[in-house]
Amino acid sequence: MSPQAQAPAQPQANTPSPPKAARRANGRPSTRTMLVALGLLVIASVVAGIVSGSTTVLIQALVTGLLTGGVYSLIAMGLTLVYGVLHVINFANGALVAVAMFVSYAAVNALGLHPYVALIVTVPVMALIGAGIQAGLLNPIMRSPIHTQLLITIGVALALESLLLIIAGPNPKSVSLPGDFGVEIFGASVSVSRIYAFVGALVLVALLWIVLQKTRMGTAIRSVAASPEGARLVGINVKRIYIITFALGASAAGAAGTLVAPFTTIEPTAGATFNLTAFVVVVLGGMGNVPGALVGGLIVGLTEQLGGLILPGQSPLLAVFVVFLLVLFAKPQGIFGRSS
Amino acid sequence: MSFSTKTVRQPEPAAATGTLISRRVSSSNHTWNLVLVGAVLVLGIVLPFILPAAELGIAMRILIFALMGVGWNMMSGFGGMFSFGHAAFFGIGAYTTAFLLVEVGLTPWLGMIVGMVISAAAAVGISYLALRYQLRGAYYALSTFAFAEMLRLFVIGNESLNKTVGFTVPVMFGDNWGMFQFRAGSPVYFWIGTAMLVIVMLFCIWFLRSRAGRFSIATRDDELAASAVGIPTLRYKLTLVAISAAITALAGALYLQFYMFIDPDLAFGATVSNNAIITAVVGGVGTLWGPVLGAVIVAPLSDLVTELLRHPPEWLSFLEGLDGLDILVYAVVLIAFVLLLPKGIVGTFLGRRKK
Repeated sequence: MSPQAQAPAQPQANTPSPPKAARRANGRPSTRTMLVALGLLVIASVVAGIVSGSTTVLIQALVTGLLTGGVYSLIAMGLTLVYGVLHVINFANGALVAVAMFVSYAAVNALGLHPYVALIVTVPVMALIGAGIQAGLLNPIMRSPIHTQLLITIGVALALESLLLIIAGPNPKSVSLPGDFGVEIFGASVSVSRIYAFVGALVLVALLWIVLQKTRMGTAIRSVAASPEGARLVGINVKRIYIITFALGASAAGAAGTLVAPFTTIEPTAGATFNLTAFVVVVLGGMGNVPGALVGGLIVGLTEQLGGLILPGQSPLLAVFVVFLLVLFAKPQGIFGRSS
Repeated sequence: MSFSTKTVRQPEPAAATGTLISRRVSSSNHTWNLVLVGAVLVLGIVLPFILPAAELGIAMRILIFALMGVGWNMMSGFGGMFSFGHAAFFGIGAYTTAFLLVEVGLTPWLGMIVGMVISAAAAVGISYLALRYQLRGAYYALSTFAFAEMLRLFVIGNESLNKTVGFTVPVMFGDNWGMFQFRAGSPVYFWIGTAMLVIVMLFCIWFLRSRAGRFSIATRDDELAASAVGIPTLRYKLTLVAISAAITALAGALYLQFYMFIDPDLAFGATVSNNAIITAVVGGVGTLWGPVLGAVIVAPLSDLVTELLRHPPEWLSFLEGLDGLDILVYAVVLIAFVLLLPKGIVGTFLGRRKK
């Protein structure tokens, strides 16, 4: 399959149609934009290296950026899946990650599970919560204008965060990983838990990919994403697919929450930070584009670290947001999305 | 709303009842609107004499929420451009006023106007980009959200804006009209806030009745048709955006002068954006008086909940001393209104009456 032709230099200035994200969840990255993105990252690395004046610092930033980026990908996965199928920006995604952190905290402390074995608790719990949100709150208004659904997800986010605050209290918590130690990669020191999280993220992304591409249910999800009407015509229960999709998205958020729990401060608002990053990742990768989210996550992780070097003293997220707005305006279909 | 998003997921015209925006412009009720403005004015003047001083804080919150909601509504309700980042404009208003007051010594009266101008300019700039590149629906929502968040991060990292510490308004002795500062609990704050709200409402009534206002609403309802009859739609969208941002900045300045303190989260946090949204949604998006009524309901909620928690009745005693319940109440109210009363109180009422 050859890469799609790129958008012209002045994208959609005169056409009435909005820059739709790739409507299917399996858009292939285009080689040219990937090369451009890679080139920009290399330039940013060189600049960061010059500004910081130390190779060690640069390598540390690159390794940390990649590892964190993997986690961002995983968190964004649920968001992009939900957007790709339901066309709803799930503002509650970050709150779901926070809920998952607390669930895994509870599983580790109450049931004495290993922090990663807690996945067997968090994933089903989050899937249930996700299914409940979709069935109870979102399905009734799926035909309303988009802001209606966004408001519901904002409401859900507020509700979940306040519930966490009520149930668990404001004191930050932490999950300690037995046998967490630092290792050196190319002279950069990294804690093992971050490597586990990175590998876990890759595995889960691959799993999600297989589910979407190879299973009957995945095919149904993709067909609903492509055309809800068409899917209904061939006998797919669209509302059920919506519920399953949201449950899958919430499970991805759940898995992410468990994987990052060992190196994150667990508090009710912990998800809000991830929320922002995940939005950026999703837009970068093309809204609704699962492989795009993986690459987008890595790019955001690197941007954050390199931006921290280039603009010392600023929040590392600021660089991410500048990139975000640039991409949003210059190429809103995402660097891997095809233009409609 | 917009032609191009009418894909399979858009409701049929007959099913437009599900929409959040009340399409009815209550311009035929011009006299009523003016009477209501008069009522707000009278109530605003009298209220400080009736209310115990301790309740004035809640009354101020109502005014600030009302200004925020009215501002948000101009762009989102009458313009159809849903903003999820109105904290940006609130924050610009508050921070500009604070910065000019603390660092330059400029009176808040002027600082507030500068803030409104900067806020409107920033809003027009960002919206011009967003609309120019045809960002719609989800993308537009994200760009507004990201803009507010970027400003928050920028302020947090900026030394001359005091990073996370924020600004405290220097305290003066006694009442000082020139510096917009009065003794704590003074009713003058409330009167000034009321005056602001009255002026803003009069302006909105005038604007929506004007040619520009009608063009703006036509643009919202069907942009393609509007541009087909020669309305420069982008110009009217940006006009609404500028008005919206300026009103919200005014709310920010009022907030600063009343609470005498601002920090990045209070100014640019997502909570601020949410408060504006919830206020308008409860009252009625796209109705003139919706946000004002919404503010009367939403603004005291958190105080009521806090009060309830301090002295809970017997059957609620298990709730005593819990944090976060007020936010939960906000969340439930928001969800309930969006699901059950999507036109808000005023929108539903107007819809019923016209049938």
